[in-house]
Amino acid sequence: MNIHEFQAKALFEKFGIAVPKGVPAKSASEFAAAVKTLGDGPCVVKAQIHAGGRGKGTFTDGFKGGVKLTKTPAEAIEVAQRMLGNTLVTVQTGPAGRKVNTVYFTAAVSIKKEYYLAILLDRGSSRPVIIASTEGGVEIEKVAKETPEKITKVFVDPAVGLQSFQTRQVAFGLGFKGDEFKAACKLVESLYRCWWELDCSMVEINPLISTDDGRVMALDAKVGFDDNSLFRHPEVVALRDLGEEDPKEVEASKFNLSYIALDGNIACLVNGAGLAMSTMDIIKHFGGNPANFLDVGGSASKDQVAAAFKIILSDKNVKGILVNIFGGIMDCNVIATGIVAAAKETSLSMPLVVRLEGNNAAAGKQTLAASGLKLTTATSMADAAEKIVKLVS
Amino acid sequence: MSILITPETRVLVQGITGESAGRHAKLSLDYGTQIVAGVTPGKGGQFFEHGDKKVPIFNTVAEAAKATGATVSAIFVPPPFAADAILECVDAGLDLAVAITEGIPIRDMVRVKRAMAGAKTRLVGPNCPGLVCPGSGKDSHGGCRIGIAPGYINKKGHVGVVSRSGTLTYEAVYQLTVKGIGQSTTVGIGGDPVNGTSHLDVIKMFAADPDTWGFIMIGEIGGNAEAEAARWIKANCKKPVAGFIAGATAPAGRRMGHAGAIVGGAEDTAAAKIKVFQECGIEVAATPSDMADALIRAAKKMGVKLA
Repeated sequence: MNIHEFQAKALFEKFGIAVPKGVPAKSASEFAAAVKTLGDGPCVVKAQIHAGGRGKGTFTDGFKGGVKLTKTPAEAIEVAQRMLGNTLVTVQTGPAGRKVNTVYFTAAVSIKKEYYLAILLDRGSSRPVIIASTEGGVEIEKVAKETPEKITKVFVDPAVGLQSFQTRQVAFGLGFKGDEFKAACKLVESLYRCWWELDCSMVEINPLISTDDGRVMALDAKVGFDDNSLFRHPEVVALRDLGEEDPKEVEASKFNLSYIALDGNIACLVNGAGLAMSTMDIIKHFGGNPANFLDVGGSASKDQVAAAFKIILSDKNVKGILVNIFGGIMDCNVIATGIVAAAKETSLSMPLVVRLEGNNAAAGKQTLAASGLKLTTATSMADAAEKIVKLVS
Repeated sequence: MSILITPETRVLVQGITGESAGRHAKLSLDYGTQIVAGVTPGKGGQFFEHGDKKVPIFNTVAEAAKATGATVSAIFVPPPFAADAILECVDAGLDLAVAITEGIPIRDMVRVKRAMAGAKTRLVGPNCPGLVCPGSGKDSHGGCRIGIAPGYINKKGHVGVVSRSGTLTYEAVYQLTVKGIGQSTTVGIGGDPVNGTSHLDVIKMFAADPDTWGFIMIGEIGGNAEAEAARWIKANCKKPVAGFIAGATAPAGRRMGHAGAIVGGAEDTAAAKIKVFQECGIEVAATPSDMADALIRAAKKMGVKLA
């Protein structure tokens, strides 16, 4: 689960991490009051969407930049008005972009130097890793490739937690001295505490900055949480913005279905995450384009299959459906019954290819054959994918 | 022989009074697996009954192991309590803990993994289908089935299968069985980013097992465990190996069902992993339907029998 920058910064403040003063606003009527709290000086107006690359993004009406430095309160309000309700397209949003429902005003600060700081899970060692770089404001992948010597990595032993010598390693690695060094050490400690206590999957400050008046602060903030841990963090769940998620994905989550929308035209309904991923792959392999990832799980009920059908049919790009079920334990006939019911209920008119294998598959195939539905059965995944690709082309 | 388990392995089930655990304990008993104990705190002294079988339930793993000689646990307890259940197996000195539970917080697993360093107990999973060592009866009856995989699709034989995905494992096993090629052991290592046993751990065991003549390694996007295993195979393994990677069409940054199936950088894409497989002499299955055939091709090239 991801949250907005303004929410992440509010969390940072709770953990004692310095951030520039800022106020979010969800409607134009709040703009004037929000800007006023920041004083008369220059301020930065930031479009709040769950995607990076905002500064270099372009709105669909041609307005450039989702992060703008403004000189006066009047200009800040004018810029915010252009952003709110507008759709911002960045390298991470895809061509459709994201609608801006919140604008964040922050006080402008004089930047002395920019850095990069992040904490995430290192899968190789199964430990948290702190990644710091003297190159702020640029993509860390680029730094890692071109100038790896500028990156400091510190692995934390979960048995004892972050040690002081490690925070010093990070702060020295970034070249801090004097009071800035002390401030940086405190910030690294606080960020680690935030990562650990809130079950974050990732925290990233890019850029982390030092200011002309000797402060070290987070100019931007990106925080993601481990979905598996949300049951013990109601305060984090409260930050979820459903407006940032695909409505089909939100609907699917209500039925415990794992669904991800893609931009192709062949919908798939599969049991198991690995099988669902490779069903998308095999559609592509035979020249088609998958419309979604959909895992109905290992013990799908008739109702879940029906809900899954409705969700994939609500995608207007879909021209055909591939059902791929390997029922190890789950009863293939239950799935078949669910498919027939859903197809009839939705008056399905587009091509449907069904591959059923495993437990009680023979009965399932019989149910499909006796249903009177116009569907195509397949003997293997490859056979199924070839058939659906041919039918929609 | 086989790896990690044999048809004689004595198994206890943690959380046996839960719905899913109970259903699968029954399926394992039907398969002929030695399910010798259940553990549910507070229900010690009761029995888990299935047909004419009465499995005693204990309050603790240590008691269950001592009373029944169980050396392996199948863990079905809900996510908030799963880390504790795993560590209880370590404390009881079991050989193997197989965590089926899906949805354990990653931070819990980070701590568990650290706590298990140097321990006698090996962890498989979490978020995995478990292990199957097929038996010699009809539909591989008489084997050891730990977890949620279908037993009947297996066939006793000499091919190993290791995978992060449950259904892709079944797909591979089924293809092999239909072609008359049996399996020594299938191991589902699970779809989480922090797990107890890696691809590399399992393939080292397959490589050393005289009864495993070749194996299929199934991976997916996220992490670099498959590449690590492939490089080891190139340097050390003389057996035929087929590989498959799921997720070539997955968009970057999205979690594809499994907590660990996410493309973070250039190194953990399907294309990058497939390239490493090819460089390491692993026969790559072009599609999931090609997994058994890929292993047959690999075996033919090396002049090795699979059955």
